[in-house]
Amino acid sequence: MSVLVYTESEEGKFKKTAYEVVSYARGIADMMSTTVTAVAVNAEETASLGTYGADKVVHIKSDKLSKFTANAYAAAVTEIAKNEGSKVVVLSSSANAKYLAPLLAVDLEAGYASNVVALPESASPFKVKRTAFTNKAFNHTEISTDVKIIGLSKNSFGLKEAQKDATETSFDPSLDDSQFKVEVQSVDKVKDKVTIADAEIVVSGGRGLKGPENWGMIEEMADILGAATACSKPVSDMGWRPHSEHVGQTGKPVASNLYIAVGISGAIQHLAGINASKTKVVINTDPEAPFFKAADYGIVGDAFEVVPKLNEKLKEFKANNS
Amino acid sequence: MKILVCISHVPDTTSKINFTENDTKFDTNGVQFVINPNDEFGLTRAMWFKEKQGATVDIINVGGPETEPTLRKALAIGADTAIRINTEALDGFQVAKELSAVAKEGNYDLIIAGRESIDYNGGMVPGMLASLLGASFVNTCIGLEVDGDTATAVREIDGGKETVTAKLPLVVGGQKGIVEESDLRIPNMRGIMMARKKPLEVKEPQGASTETSAVSFEKPAPKGDVKLISPDNLDELIDLLHNEAKAI
Ligand SMILES: Cc1cc2nc3c(=O)[nH]c(=O)nc-3n(C[C@H](O)[C@H](O)[C@H](O)COP(=O)(O)OP(=O)(O)OC[C@H]3O[C@@H](n4cnc5c(N)ncnc54)[C@H](O)[C@@H]3O)c2cc1C
Repeated sequence: MSVLVYTESEEGKFKKTAYEVVSYARGIADMMSTTVTAVAVNAEETASLGTYGADKVVHIKSDKLSKFTANAYAAAVTEIAKNEGSKVVVLSSSANAKYLAPLLAVDLEAGYASNVVALPESASPFKVKRTAFTNKAFNHTEISTDVKIIGLSKNSFGLKEAQKDATETSFDPSLDDSQFKVEVQSVDKVKDKVTIADAEIVVSGGRGLKGPENWGMIEEMADILGAATACSKPVSDMGWRPHSEHVGQTGKPVASNLYIAVGISGAIQHLAGINASKTKVVINTDPEAPFFKAADYGIVGDAFEVVPKLNEKLKEFKANNS
Repeated sequence: MKILVCISHVPDTTSKINFTENDTKFDTNGVQFVINPNDEFGLTRAMWFKEKQGATVDIINVGGPETEPTLRKALAIGADTAIRINTEALDGFQVAKELSAVAKEGNYDLIIAGRESIDYNGGMVPGMLASLLGASFVNTCIGLEVDGDTATAVREIDGGKETVTAKLPLVVGGQKGIVEESDLRIPNMRGIMMARKKPLEVKEPQGASTETSAVSFEKPAPKGDVKLISPDNLDELIDLLHNEAKAI
């Protein structure tokens, strides 16, 4: 009966979203008076999941699963969910989790709601709130199947401490070749750089920056703040920045704590993708730019003057506050 | 090679999102519908296969007659045949199940869907479809080549990308990158004329059941006014970010 939660780690270290999904699973387990079982794959320090409410950790240590292979991961999580008799399975909204969830849904004959932003409004009927229309609206979705899968939106629930035992049991899933029809050949990941998916803070530049040569100050701000860099769509279309930085309705979604937009007008498609960020700052010469309607803090000013000054101030602030 | 492209019929990205009937239905009044952007990137890649490697390209949609103009547009871009499964799309599972019945019959080598549709953002149809068909599946696909019975695909991951090989039949969840923005095609007059004559087959649904239902909608609470800070007083911004927003 326990609520099952799939936790993600990278090179053995749990991601922050792992703790967030465990916190959320704890919340559901409390609603349903049951326990939380976390699934971890090749992770270290599984006891840390107990801090956020995991009663038990089923730990898979497997060389076969050293690379993320969605079908094999789905088979392993399915097997555990069945062993545990879980009625609710919780995942994050990472690229891998979104790859995994629909496969899991078919395997478990479970209804799946993605981009969920809060604890269920009721357990019976099982009803959750999720974003729809790319953050332009919320949608209350009822899941009618016996087993339910929830994909939790990043940063929507936060970390909530609730110390439990996190008793570890190891598990060796039965895997077969058919789950490895898709074979990972190579992984190309930026090292030592915060990714948009993981970032607490995102610094984003638009066409107002005039050209790729002017991104130095954006990167500097990101460096000072430990932030990821992002950009508007035309900026990536013109090749000023890589596609992986394109955020918005047709790019990556952003749900960071802080989003700083420099020289971005705030077109509806841009805002849709970044609206889930908690605090938004805009720096733009045009006081009529639509971004000012969506932002919490705004500076009407020339980025080429404001950003270098702001970077100096931020450096000072960081020096005094760390 | 036989390719099937799944086309979702969605409100244009600039649409005002409103709801009717006590916030239970999306208000289509005055809304322009388009090919889901993620699907359009995939369709364009399918055209590339057709022209460069030889392939037939069918498109498919689960929906009522109102989706036909969108299907005609995809035909005008160059798809050969359209199939519409004549039922309202209610949830991701039902759509995947309906698609899988037709896909199975058609014996496709490659099925290209979009990573997600921009209306309900479910992000589940491609994966469920692959799973129901027992086909390989690559999500967030930003590069795709096919050689014989094997595809090489690039998948966007958080913080980078990975290259995978997959046996056909394969289902991909595509997005921008599978072709570039500049590769997208605007149908020309000839394409539009030809599309009128291309087959658009209407199939009756299997009657697949749903697993979820969108009970009601709500719009985000209106935002408070922006606090404007003078460019000469950046200390104030830092103070607000630190003490008020607790963001730095
Ligand atoms: C189907 C579709 C999907 C789309 N999806 C996306 C998406 O996912 N993401 C996205 O971003 N866009 C998307 N767009 C594009 C969107 O409509 C806008 O065109 C785009 O967001 C504008 O980018 P921008 O703000 O960088 O450029 P602009 O709109 O050109 O704005 C530049 C801004 O910079 C300001 N500026 C100029 N000089 C300075 C200066 N020196 N200092 C400070 N500010 C300055 C200007 O006042 C202006 O507001 C999509 C469009 C369509 C049709």
